[in-house]
Amino acid sequence: MTTSPLANLATQTTELLAAVHALSTFEALREAEPFITGKRSILSTLQKSLGGLEPEARRAAGAQLQEARRTVEAALEIRRSELALAARAELLESDRLDLGDVVVSAVRWPASVGHPSLVASTQRELEDVFIAMGFTVSDGPEVESDWYNFEALNIPPAHPARGMWDTFYVEMGEPETVVLRTHTSPTQIHLMEGAVENGSLPIHSVMPGRCYRRDTPDARHLATFHQIEGLVVDRGITFADLAGVIETFTRKYFGPDISSRLRPAFFPFTEPSAEFEITCTICRGEGCRTCSHTGWIELGGCGMLDPAVFEAVGIDGDEWSGFAFGFGIERCVQMRHQIADMRALIENDVRFLRQFS
Amino acid sequence: MRISLSWLREFVELDESAEELRLVLDDLGLVVEGIEHVGEGLGDVIVARIDEIRAIEGADRVRLVVVDAGNGPLEIVCGATNFALGNHVPLAPVGAILPGGFVIAERKMRGVTSNGMLCSSRELGLSDDHAGLMILDDLITPRVGQGLLEALSLTPDIVFDISVEGNRPDAWSVAGVARDLATRLGRPLSSPPLAQPDAGESSSPFASAGIDAPDLCGRLTVSVLRGVKVGPSPSWIAQRLQTAGMRPISNVVDASNLVMLELGQPTHPYDASSVAGRTLRARRARSGEVLTTLDGVQRELAKAGRGLGDTGEDCVIVDGDDRVLGLAGIMGGASSEINDATTDVLLEAAFFDPMTIARSSKRHSLRSEASNRFERGVDPQLALRAAARFVEILRESVPSLQWMADPLDVWGETPHVPTVVLRPSDVERALGISLSHAEVSRILEGLGFATRLDRDQISVVPPSARLDIRSGAAGRADVIEEIARLYSYRRLPRRTPSWPEPGGLTDRQKLRRHVRDVIVDLGAFEAWTPTLGSDADFDFVHPGTERVRVTNPLASDESVLRATMIPGLARAWGRNVERGTGDVVLGEIGMVFSHPLATENPRTTKGGAGGLVALQLPVETEHLTVVLGRDDDDATTAVAFWAVLADRLGLADVVVRSDESAPRAFHPTRSASLVDRASGATLGHVGEIDDQLLGQLAPSANARRLGVIDVDLDVLCDPSLATRVSHLAEVPSRYPSAVIDLAFVTPSSVHAQDLAFALRSTSELVEDVELFDVYLDASLPAGTRSLAFNIRFSSDERTLSEGEVVGAREALIATGATLGAVLR
Repeated sequence: MTTSPLANLATQTTELLAAVHALSTFEALREAEPFITGKRSILSTLQKSLGGLEPEARRAAGAQLQEARRTVEAALEIRRSELALAARAELLESDRLDLGDVVVSAVRWPASVGHPSLVASTQRELEDVFIAMGFTVSDGPEVESDWYNFEALNIPPAHPARGMWDTFYVEMGEPETVVLRTHTSPTQIHLMEGAVENGSLPIHSVMPGRCYRRDTPDARHLATFHQIEGLVVDRGITFADLAGVIETFTRKYFGPDISSRLRPAFFPFTEPSAEFEITCTICRGEGCRTCSHTGWIELGGCGMLDPAVFEAVGIDGDEWSGFAFGFGIERCVQMRHQIADMRALIENDVRFLRQFS
Repeated sequence: MRISLSWLREFVELDESAEELRLVLDDLGLVVEGIEHVGEGLGDVIVARIDEIRAIEGADRVRLVVVDAGNGPLEIVCGATNFALGNHVPLAPVGAILPGGFVIAERKMRGVTSNGMLCSSRELGLSDDHAGLMILDDLITPRVGQGLLEALSLTPDIVFDISVEGNRPDAWSVAGVARDLATRLGRPLSSPPLAQPDAGESSSPFASAGIDAPDLCGRLTVSVLRGVKVGPSPSWIAQRLQTAGMRPISNVVDASNLVMLELGQPTHPYDASSVAGRTLRARRARSGEVLTTLDGVQRELAKAGRGLGDTGEDCVIVDGDDRVLGLAGIMGGASSEINDATTDVLLEAAFFDPMTIARSSKRHSLRSEASNRFERGVDPQLALRAAARFVEILRESVPSLQWMADPLDVWGETPHVPTVVLRPSDVERALGISLSHAEVSRILEGLGFATRLDRDQISVVPPSARLDIRSGAAGRADVIEEIARLYSYRRLPRRTPSWPEPGGLTDRQKLRRHVRDVIVDLGAFEAWTPTLGSDADFDFVHPGTERVRVTNPLASDESVLRATMIPGLARAWGRNVERGTGDVVLGEIGMVFSHPLATENPRTTKGGAGGLVALQLPVETEHLTVVLGRDDDDATTAVAFWAVLADRLGLADVVVRSDESAPRAFHPTRSASLVDRASGATLGHVGEIDDQLLGQLAPSANARRLGVIDVDLDVLCDPSLATRVSHLAEVPSRYPSAVIDLAFVTPSSVHAQDLAFALRSTSELVEDVELFDVYLDASLPAGTRSLAFNIRFSSDERTLSEGEVVGAREALIATGATLGAVLR
């Protein structure tokens, strides 16, 4: 009876496993691999030697050998990842830098100047105009409940008016109760609620901020954009004050030769409501393509606060009255800098950014 | 909404030019988005007959057509294919000028000369139809060589494209726009001719009507029309519809559309023979019912929709067998459609609850001209007037049409018509101008409101069409808007108000501006990266954490609200590297979001219907994130950037403490926390972006290091967490300072800034301690490095003696020793 070619397999496997464990670097593993599981390994030699066996014996031996190979290969893979981790750890260790030891005075700093975002600097200019007119500036959250974004603004649940805004809904609470604010108007509600709670009416404030609408970005629209909104709640405020504030702002921000006009419009949260237009800043009112030859371009919406809004926030409309207005900051940017494609504002291309100071 | 001037003129006398009318309409809030001159520039276009069609060699998109326009054969190259020999089509001969100023000239194409152009309906500005040539045989009996205008009995007209606001359901018609114009211009308003029901046989019991859901259907009228002959409409009706942007279909359907455009009442004609029991009923759809609408789509009815308040209510019209015929007010089904064989028509004119229509229409994604009007609110009193107008119009083509007596008229619930009381000061309090009772009454009555002067109050009852007018204080605002609108916003006074409260910024807003200024001064370009990112980006930094997700993102990789700006800025930098402009520092101030479940103090606010539900919302934190990608930038320059920023912000002592606490986006061994020494609060982190992460975010930035600073502005703005230097000035001593250098061999566990702090606190004589060198060398004991400090001593009272300096130096050395730092 001849000896099975696999008589020593157990020992051979143990030796191979020991060899795997002995591998101490990634390179060593790569070099040793052919001798452990590859063509030049004892496993491959044994595989060839099985050819002389009877079919049945060959099958049994083949299975046995396959099992041994799997054991060795598994060990090799474990070792491979251990060594990779060790190599990574070693690399990180050799790269280690104690940032507490940085000698700041020794760091060389290239002479260069940065550039502010066009939207941020425009927002600041707008804020400054309103601050000079006596407005404070208020911030509000970007994720809102449907109450603040819609219902308190006189847009009840499932009301068709909600369709005026392409809303991003947030997966939270009941469906469609949490939204990315579609306008800065919810900040008005926060302000009025807060003022009622603290007894701190009147309010004269502008609210700039980031808004979101589910609208595929194109040359004229971005899904993420910025608005600035104004709110005045005081005694004796009339539509004349609204028109006056819009006019003063227009002349101060756009220039003395640019004026404003109001025309009727509809917004659920104001009544009477108006769209406000300003003299076309391109042709200065002469008529051009931008203004469809009317000499006027639309800037934003405004109106006297709707009694329903006062009711939602608990303000007595017989004692107080007020107005709100709002418009897009990107629109001002686009008008002033004549940017053909708004998407330039979100591409963060240094060649675009560096034009503005 | 497209409205032609000729149609408006049937209601009110208008001599103004189109441009003059545009100004008036705009000022009424009926904004004119475009003015079209229909039929203008068609004087040169004539009727031609197709006599021959030949292929052109080498051309597969155009053919040569030989036509006769009365002066013998004319060869024309034509790209359309929708015509046959013998058809009559419009020809613009050489020299003609088409609408839009397009001049027709002789043109040579594929070696063939084209002597004019055969036109589509759109090229002539007659409709939007651009499917092929306008085939005149479908419309009229044409005569070769005749002028097109004459052939079509066309008169040039002007079409206004008017945008009607959501609160003006009454203006969604020619009559409504005409009413505004007549009131503004002080001219009388005419009514169109209306038919009367025939005397004789009553509609009931021939047909019947009923309302099972009075809250959904406020009125259902059914007129029985007999002796109908379905055929084409007269050309003036076809033209009216076309200029309004609708396609003529048949005299019955056209009459329905014409009435809707003219008066604002949608009507629905049914073929009476296919309506079981000649009965129309309005009821709630039941769960499980299906309907195939005219557009061929099968719709599941009464299925609750997504979103607040949509219970899935649908109002349907059923016949005598309770079979669903149509989705009320939105679209009918195919089974009872008017067809060529129709002789008896049941004409439905109804009022449906606007909210029900709006929700159904949204839920089924089905908008129609009818639903657009019903969801805004159609005048509940209008139904039978509309039927009378329908009959009048249909009699143009079917003079013998019978309208059975006593049209069926069933009522459900209709909106309550409020009485709005204007108190004497109301108008002035709202508009800042006092208007006489006479002026107010003239305006309101012109618009159809009933007014009654009661002492000094005016009681106002809106017309039934004005469903937008509410009651109480809101109603007053609605009525005042109407007064202001008709008076003209432009005539109202302006006054710039002032108030004693000063304007200005909060401390937080000032600090935000300051931070922005400083980073720009330091060379940063301010970026704006996306708030919405991918799961993968989120997982890079916060694997497995709850995230704030948008349910309806525009793209799947824009579905998660960012929890850090680092991936966005790294990508923005990477794209600049690809463009060869990556030698730059980018910074952003913006919001980052954490899920309520992933934070200790979630924000709670009110939400849900009526704001009655307490909702947990994501916590929003404002961060400043800066990435430094210039050539030699790394963690070191990031620390330097931070140091200058901290100095400019007046932070007292923030320790750059290397540790493993930085978020995963940071390099594990090249990052540090920014810890306020006094409060112990962490302001943020500084270091480099993890090299493996950077490889994924900015693959083109091969092996470059990217420095990064991330600061929580909420912490930075809180003076109890981010300690500021004292605002009390320290006047430097007038006596000379003594300056020494001390180098300590310091265990790596001892932080350089801690040692400096200890040294500074050792003696009152220490004016300043500054690290100027760090020395690492094998000659030093393992686990140590040499820290060299530049130290200034001084006293406010005297010049320090040598002995005092030596003493102070000894004290500093002793301090060092307590921390294990040995003088080198």
